[in-house]
Amino acid sequence: MTITARFLAALFTVTLAGIGIASAQTEIKVGVVSTMSGPDAQPGDEMNKGIDLYVKEHQKDLPAGVKVTLIYRDDTGANPDVAKRLATELVTRDHVNILAGAVWSPNAAAIASVATEAKVPFVIMNAAGASITRASPYIIRTSFTLWLVSTPIGQWAAKQGWKKAYTAVTDYAPGFDAEGGFTKGFTDGGGTVIDKVRMPFPTDDYSPFIQRIKDSKPNVAFIFVPAGKKATAVMKAWNDLGLTKAGIKLVTTQDVMLDEELPNMGDAPLGIVSAGTYSNAATRAANQVFLNAWRNAYGEKPIADFMSVAGWDGMAAIFDVVKQTNGKFDGDAAMKILSNWKTTDSPRGPISIDPNTRDVIENVYIRRVENLNGKLANVEFETIPNVKDPWKEANPPK
Amino acid sequence: MDAALSAAISIGFHGVAFAMVLYLVSVGLSITMGLMGFVNLAHGVFAAAGGYFMTTLMTRYGVPFAVSVALATLAVAALAVPLERFLYRPLYGADELDQVLMTMGLVFMSVAIGKYFWGPTAMPFYPPAALSGQIDLGFRTFPTYRTFLIGSGAILVTLLWLGLERTRFGAMIRAAVDNRRMAQSVGINTSQLFTFAFAFGSALAALGGGLGAEILAIDPGYALEHLVYFLIVVAVGGLGTIRGPFVAALLLGVSDTAFKYLLPELGAFFIYALTMVILLWKPRGLFGQA
Amino acid sequence: MTAKSAAHTIATFARRHRLRPMEALPWVLAVAAYFVFPDYLALGAQILATLLFGLSADLVLGYAGIVTLGHAAFYGVGAYTAGYLAAHGVGSPIIGLIAAMVAAGAVGFISGLIILRTQGLSILMLTLVVCVMLQEAANKMTSITGGADGLQGMEVQPVLGMFRFDMYGHTAYWYALGVLFLGWAVTRTIVHSSFGRSLTGIRENVARMNAIGTPVFFRLVTIYTISAMLAGAAGALIAETTQLVALNVLSVDLSGTILVMIILGGVGRLYGAFIGVPLYMIAQDRFSTIDPTYWYFWIGLLLVLVVAFARGGILGMADAVLRRFKRSP
Repeated sequence: MTITARFLAALFTVTLAGIGIASAQTEIKVGVVSTMSGPDAQPGDEMNKGIDLYVKEHQKDLPAGVKVTLIYRDDTGANPDVAKRLATELVTRDHVNILAGAVWSPNAAAIASVATEAKVPFVIMNAAGASITRASPYIIRTSFTLWLVSTPIGQWAAKQGWKKAYTAVTDYAPGFDAEGGFTKGFTDGGGTVIDKVRMPFPTDDYSPFIQRIKDSKPNVAFIFVPAGKKATAVMKAWNDLGLTKAGIKLVTTQDVMLDEELPNMGDAPLGIVSAGTYSNAATRAANQVFLNAWRNAYGEKPIADFMSVAGWDGMAAIFDVVKQTNGKFDGDAAMKILSNWKTTDSPRGPISIDPNTRDVIENVYIRRVENLNGKLANVEFETIPNVKDPWKEANPPK
Repeated sequence: MDAALSAAISIGFHGVAFAMVLYLVSVGLSITMGLMGFVNLAHGVFAAAGGYFMTTLMTRYGVPFAVSVALATLAVAALAVPLERFLYRPLYGADELDQVLMTMGLVFMSVAIGKYFWGPTAMPFYPPAALSGQIDLGFRTFPTYRTFLIGSGAILVTLLWLGLERTRFGAMIRAAVDNRRMAQSVGINTSQLFTFAFAFGSALAALGGGLGAEILAIDPGYALEHLVYFLIVVAVGGLGTIRGPFVAALLLGVSDTAFKYLLPELGAFFIYALTMVILLWKPRGLFGQA
Repeated sequence: MTAKSAAHTIATFARRHRLRPMEALPWVLAVAAYFVFPDYLALGAQILATLLFGLSADLVLGYAGIVTLGHAAFYGVGAYTAGYLAAHGVGSPIIGLIAAMVAAGAVGFISGLIILRTQGLSILMLTLVVCVMLQEAANKMTSITGGADGLQGMEVQPVLGMFRFDMYGHTAYWYALGVLFLGWAVTRTIVHSSFGRSLTGIRENVARMNAIGTPVFFRLVTIYTISAMLAGAAGALIAETTQLVALNVLSVDLSGTILVMIILGGVGRLYGAFIGVPLYMIAQDRFSTIDPTYWYFWIGLLLVLVVAFARGGILGMADAVLRRFKRSP
C-alpha cells in the first residue's frame, strides 16, 4: 500500500466516523442575545445564569442523540443596532434554530424583524415593553410586563382602604408602564392618585422626590425605579426622610424589592409590600428544586431573581419543543408548541403562554419584606392567579 | 408655612451632602488637570477603587469604618504612584488626544476589572452604628451619615485651603501651576512634585469614593457613569483651584436637588443648562485663571 | 514656525491634493470584502456607516481642532429623523437620508452658533451638554421617539425602489458603501480646498488667523454644520438598516467611542477613520465573541498599548516608521 493510499484510507475512515457522529447527534442551537459586559451587565448576568442552569440540569432529559447548545452574544446594553446584527449573524452564520434572551426592549424589538424574516422563533426572557410581542409572529415572552406586575399592586392598595395615592416612577418608558398599571388598578378599586412625579433617569439621590411625596401626605406611595442600586438609593432616602414614621405606606414592584438587592438595603425595607412574579423565598417545591440546583452551581451569591427564573422558564419551553419533536422542527412547528406552552412547575408557580398574544400568563404575588433567619426576604402572602398583560386587554391590536 | 420651611431645609441639607461627595471626588481632578494639563478621564477609576477597597474591608473582613477609609485611601495613593510613573508621565505635554485615548483605555479596563473581582452588582455599604440613623441638632433631626459627610467636606476644604495657602508644599504646587519652567529654574523638583500631586489627587478621589459610597454607589460602571458630573464640577469651578470646585459642587449639588424638588419634570435638564450658561459666561469656569 | 517649515507645510498640502493610487485601496478592500466575507455583511455595513460618522468627527476634531464629546448629537438627530419619517409613511431611504442631513445640519448650525466661541475644556463640556440634553429630550418625547422602548414601526422601502433591505445585509452594505463614498468625496474636497487649509490654520494658531483677517468663527460654524450633516447621514444609515432607533444613538458613550476610534487611527488625516473605525469594531467583535464578559478589559488594554507604542494613532506610528526609513540610508 502506498503512502497516498494509506492516507486516503485514513481520511475515509475519519470522514465516516464524522458522519457517524453527526447522524447520532442532533444538535439544537439556541442563540442568546444578552448583555454581558459594560455598566449594565447585571440583569443579563442573572438571566444567563438561569438559562445555563436549566440546560445543565435538564440536558439529560432530552431524547437520546439530541442535545441543546447555547451560543451567547453580547449586545453591551440597550443598543438595538448591535443586537439586530448579532441576531442576524446567529441566524445566517451559526444557523441557530431558536433565538432567545433580550434584556432590553429596543433590542428585542430590533431582533423581531430578524425572527420574522428568518422564520426563527424568538423567546424573550426579560425585555418587558408591553407591545413587543406584536412586533413579530415568531415571538413568545416568558418574563412579564410592567403593566402585568403593577396593576395588581394598585388593586391591592385600593383594597386596603387607602384613598389617596402618589406615584413616583423613573422618567422613561418602563416607568410610564408601571405608572399606568398602578394608576389603573388603584383607580378601578376606588382610589384617587392625588399627584405624580416622574424622576429623571440620572438620579443618585432621591430625597427631592421623596420629600415631595412627604409634603403631599398621601395614604400610599407607589414607586418604580430600575432594579439595582437606584432601588437602594430610593430606600435610603425613604428612610432618611422618615416617611414610614409620617404614616405613609410604600408599595412597589419586584424591581425595587429585588431579591438580590435586599442585602444592600439594611433594615430599611422591612414591612414594605410589593408585587412580583417571583420571590426567592417562595416555598413551592419547584422553587426549592430550582434553588438547590442554583446553590450547587453558583453558591450563596449571586442570588437568583425574577430575571433568572424567566431565563430558566424560557429554556423549559424550548426544551419542550425539542422533546416533543425529537429535535426535528422548523420555525412554524416550534411556534405552534411555544405559543400553547404551559407548565405547572415553574419556580414561580403555574405559567403559560397566551396563544392569542404569545405573551406570558402568570401569577402575581403580593409579598412583604420580612426577616427570615436573619436575612431579609420577600414573603408571599397573597396570590392573584393567571394574570394577563392588562395593556394588551386595553389596547387591542388595530 | 412651617411645612414649607421644613421642606426647604431638608432639600438644602441633602443638596449640600450631595455637593460634598461631588467635591471630594472632583477636587483631585481639578488639581491634576490644572497642574499637569492632563486630561485625565480616568479620575473616577481612583474613586471607584477607593470605594471598592473600603467596602471590601468593611463587609468581607469586618474592619472598622474609619480604618477602612484610611487604608483604602492609602492603598489608592500607593497604586497611583506606579501608574503615574509608567502611564501618565510619558504623556505630560503630549497631545491631549493621546491622553484621552489612554485614560479611556483605563476606564474600560476598570469596568471589566470591577466586574471580575466584585461582580456586576453595587457594593453594599452600611455606615457604622454611630453614623447611621438620625441625629438631633437642637432644632430638628437630620440623617446622621449625611451630616457627617457635610462635616467631613467642610473640614477637608479648610485643610486643603490652608495646606495650599500656608505650606511650602502648597506654595510649590501653586508656583508650578502658574509657571512650570520658572518653578524648575528656582530649584523645585517638579518631577517629584507631579508624582506626589498625582498620588494626592488620586487619594482624595479614593476618599470621596469611599465616603460617598452612600450616595454614589460603587459598581463596575462607576468611573464611566459619573465622569460627566466630575468633569462638570471641574469645568464650572475652573482648573487648578481649591475653592473653584467647592463653589461649583455646592452650586450644582444644591440647585440640582432644589430643581428636582421644585420642577421634577425638567429636573434632568437643569444641571446641564446651568453648566451651559456658566461656561458661555465664563469659559474658564468661575475661578479659572485667564 | 520658520519660513522654511512653512514652505514645507504648504508643499505638503499641495502634494496631498493630488489623488494618489493608494487612495483607491480602501474602496478596493471594501468591494473585495463583500465577496470574501459574505457572512459578515451586517457587520460590514455597520462599519461603513460608522466610518462615515468617524469621517465627520475627524472634520471637526482633526481639521478644525474642536474637541467634541457630543458628536452623537448629530448622528442621533439624523437617526431619529430618518426613523420618524419611515415610521410615518415616508419610507424612501434616500429621502430619509437627505432629511436627516438637513435636520442634523440645522442642529449643528444652531448649536455651533452658541458654543463655538469657546475653547479647550469648556467646548468639550458644551458639546457634551448639548448631546446629553438632546438625549434626555428624546427620552421624554415618547410620542415621537418611543423613548426608552425605541422608535418602532419603521417601514423602509427598497433603495431606489429596487433593492430591499435583506437580512443578510447585501443591500445595506452597498447602500452604506455608496453613501460613504459620496461623504468621502465631499470631505476630501473640503479638506484640500483653501477653506480646509484655513481650518488647519485655525487649529494651529487662532490668533494669527484672526490677525490676517480670516473670519474664524464663521468658518468654524460652517465646518461644524457640514460635519453635523455627515454625522446625520451616518445616523440615518444605521436607522434604515436596523429599522429601529433607540436612545443609544444620542449617548455620550457613543460620542466618546467615535472619538476613541478616530484617535486610534490618527486624527486630521482623512484616512485615520478608515483605519481606526474598522480596527476598533472588528477588535470589539472578536473580543466580545471570544470573551463576552470581559472584552472591555482587552479593548481598554489595546487603547493603552496604542498610546504607549503608537503615539498619534496607527497612522502616526506609520509616519514615524516611514520617516525613520527615509532617514536611515
